[in-house]
Amino acid sequence: MVTFDKKGNPIIEAEVRIPYELAVGPTWYRFFEGLKQEKIFATRCPKCNRVLVPARSFCPRCFVDMEQWVEVSQEGEIVAWVLTDYEYFGIPIRPPFIGSLIHLEGTDCTFNHLIGGFDLSDLDTVRKKVKNGMRVKAVWEKEKKGHILDIKYFEPL
Amino acid sequence: MAKHFQTLRHDVWLPYKFAVGPTFHRFYEGLKEEKILANQCPKCGRILVPARTFCPTCYVDMGDWREVAQEGEVVSWSLAHDEFFGMPVDPPFIGALIRLDGTDCNFLHLIGGLDLSNQDTVRGKIRQGARVKAVWSDEKTGHLLDIKYFQPV
Amino acid sequence: MGRAVGIIGTGQTRHGSRFDVTYPDLVREAVQAVFEDAGITPDDIDGVVSGTMPSMMEGVALTHFYFADAMRSVGKPILKTETCGSTGVSLALTGYYWVASGMADMVLVVGSEKMHEGDSQATMTTVAEPFYQRFFISGAPGVFSMQSQMWMARYGIPEDKLRDAAAKVSVDHHRDALDNPYAHIKKAVTMDEVKNAKVITYPCRLWDICPNSDGACAVIFACEQKARKICQRPAWIKGIGYRGDEYWFGDSDKVVWQGAIEAAKEAYGMAGITNPRKELDVAEVYNPFTFQELLYYENFGFCDFAQACDYTLKGTFARGGELPCDPSGGTLCTNPIGATGLIRVAEAAMQVTGKAGDHQIEGAGLALAHAMGGVDQFNGIMILGSQL
Repeated sequence: MVTFDKKGNPIIEAEVRIPYELAVGPTWYRFFEGLKQEKIFATRCPKCNRVLVPARSFCPRCFVDMEQWVEVSQEGEIVAWVLTDYEYFGIPIRPPFIGSLIHLEGTDCTFNHLIGGFDLSDLDTVRKKVKNGMRVKAVWEKEKKGHILDIKYFEPL
Repeated sequence: MAKHFQTLRHDVWLPYKFAVGPTFHRFYEGLKEEKILANQCPKCGRILVPARTFCPTCYVDMGDWREVAQEGEVVSWSLAHDEFFGMPVDPPFIGALIRLDGTDCNFLHLIGGLDLSNQDTVRGKIRQGARVKAVWSDEKTGHLLDIKYFQPV
Repeated sequence: MGRAVGIIGTGQTRHGSRFDVTYPDLVREAVQAVFEDAGITPDDIDGVVSGTMPSMMEGVALTHFYFADAMRSVGKPILKTETCGSTGVSLALTGYYWVASGMADMVLVVGSEKMHEGDSQATMTTVAEPFYQRFFISGAPGVFSMQSQMWMARYGIPEDKLRDAAAKVSVDHHRDALDNPYAHIKKAVTMDEVKNAKVITYPCRLWDICPNSDGACAVIFACEQKARKICQRPAWIKGIGYRGDEYWFGDSDKVVWQGAIEAAKEAYGMAGITNPRKELDVAEVYNPFTFQELLYYENFGFCDFAQACDYTLKGTFARGGELPCDPSGGTLCTNPIGATGLIRVAEAAMQVTGKAGDHQIEGAGLALAHAMGGVDQFNGIMILGSQL
């Protein structure tokens, strides 16, 4: 049905709701099962020896299968962070929240997750507290679903 | 034993706000008044329905608007049984291409007003060239389904 | 390498909020404009290249079908290409490859978007899968904010200096857009307004970020023989480069960004450029975020790493400076995503052919156009010149 916007232009408002069912595959499956047990799994490439997290089925650079699984440290350093204060589809938790790239000890890439465990309401306080190079450690949800957010966030040490 | 693979169910739900533009708007307003509006290309003279902004063949802006006949011939039709996203009405229903009298293109709509439960009965009643006439909904909202369907005459 | 190719015409819509027309009619506005600019008819076109953001953006799945009438592609071979934000440059490259290969003499290239009809951030978050990356990319602003943040920490750039440089970029471009009849956002802003605006994804604030725009752009590529016959001053393609990164955002460095560096190197090599800041007359850099624009200056070799802020604050990259960047106002003021990269190419072509009107850089003869796609995943560059 046609309605009108503020400028008087005729518009039609509609929604597209599409259900998807994605194949998880053995690699993500094993990684998510690891999260349920409070373990963070990576895989090591037999050719370049890099340890990549989350675990991968193949090394993106060497293009060979990565079949060696390694449990990695739950501690690391912040490489980048962003305080997000707006809402959008696919949001992990209600804003404000801090998205981050974290270098977990012993790995050869950086890991996307959240920084939390403290008050995020004041930008200046957050800026004084969160710094690149800062050490953080994973904090787990009590109830696990086999989901990336079974890790609640990484807390500053 | 059948292997069970894990899957992730995930809905993508997106809201849209489409610009209707003056051409479709005028066409929809026509439907509210039980009129089917077309317009004519000033270059090739073809009469196209629904009305267009520009002639796809000549690429010029379309010219005069006119009301066209609400009767025409079936060019092609298809009986749909299964549900799908974006379906116009609950199945079973018949989608059809209809050449309204006096126009130069085929118009997409539904054929209805007959029992659709038996495929064979339908095939007997609907064929290429059959004449059909628009039947209007009681309530109009300025939507293509203000025409309820085209019924065999 | 292929034969020489020139741009013989460009067309743009009035970009902005275009609820006055349906999407195909918007596309037609740009297509009619390019045929008028080039002085040819659709019958002269051998093939059409079309591109937009993924279909989730406007909710219509097959856009090159939806625009068939509007682009006059009926009865012609058609290619669709889509690389998110870098779509526009990918479109230009596709048109270039087609003509350079000798398989077509004239190709129409069309990029478009109608962002007000959909949910742009939702479309962008669906760029990543729902197992892992989708949750953390925070829409486009999040990723680019993280990138800027990493850069600042890497080189020890004082936060205040970075903030001032980015604010100057915002002030300059918003003023530039006032001289561009097609631009979307036409509002002058002050340093104070930019520095104190609402935080979207720290450090990016409202005026550091591009708008959602509706718009389309069309460009015609022609082989040398046809270009010289039809067009008084073609804009010649002198160099091209394109690189794609890995899928996983955390796998490679986005500060010393190899994808951007290599794409530029490839284009400079082809064009014979060894000192870009001195040899280029103008650069239309893809700049949806002020901070990221500064980082591009470094990755494209306009200055050394860690120096972009200093050069910017001196005015090197503003109109009147040594290498004016985005005199059109750039992506920061106008961003219909599927068209944006192509608008950079069109603006660069307009500059080297003296057709940029009020935002013309005097005597421009060599121009760079760039676009980036995905969450820091693709970089494409096209260099145009007034001489072959």
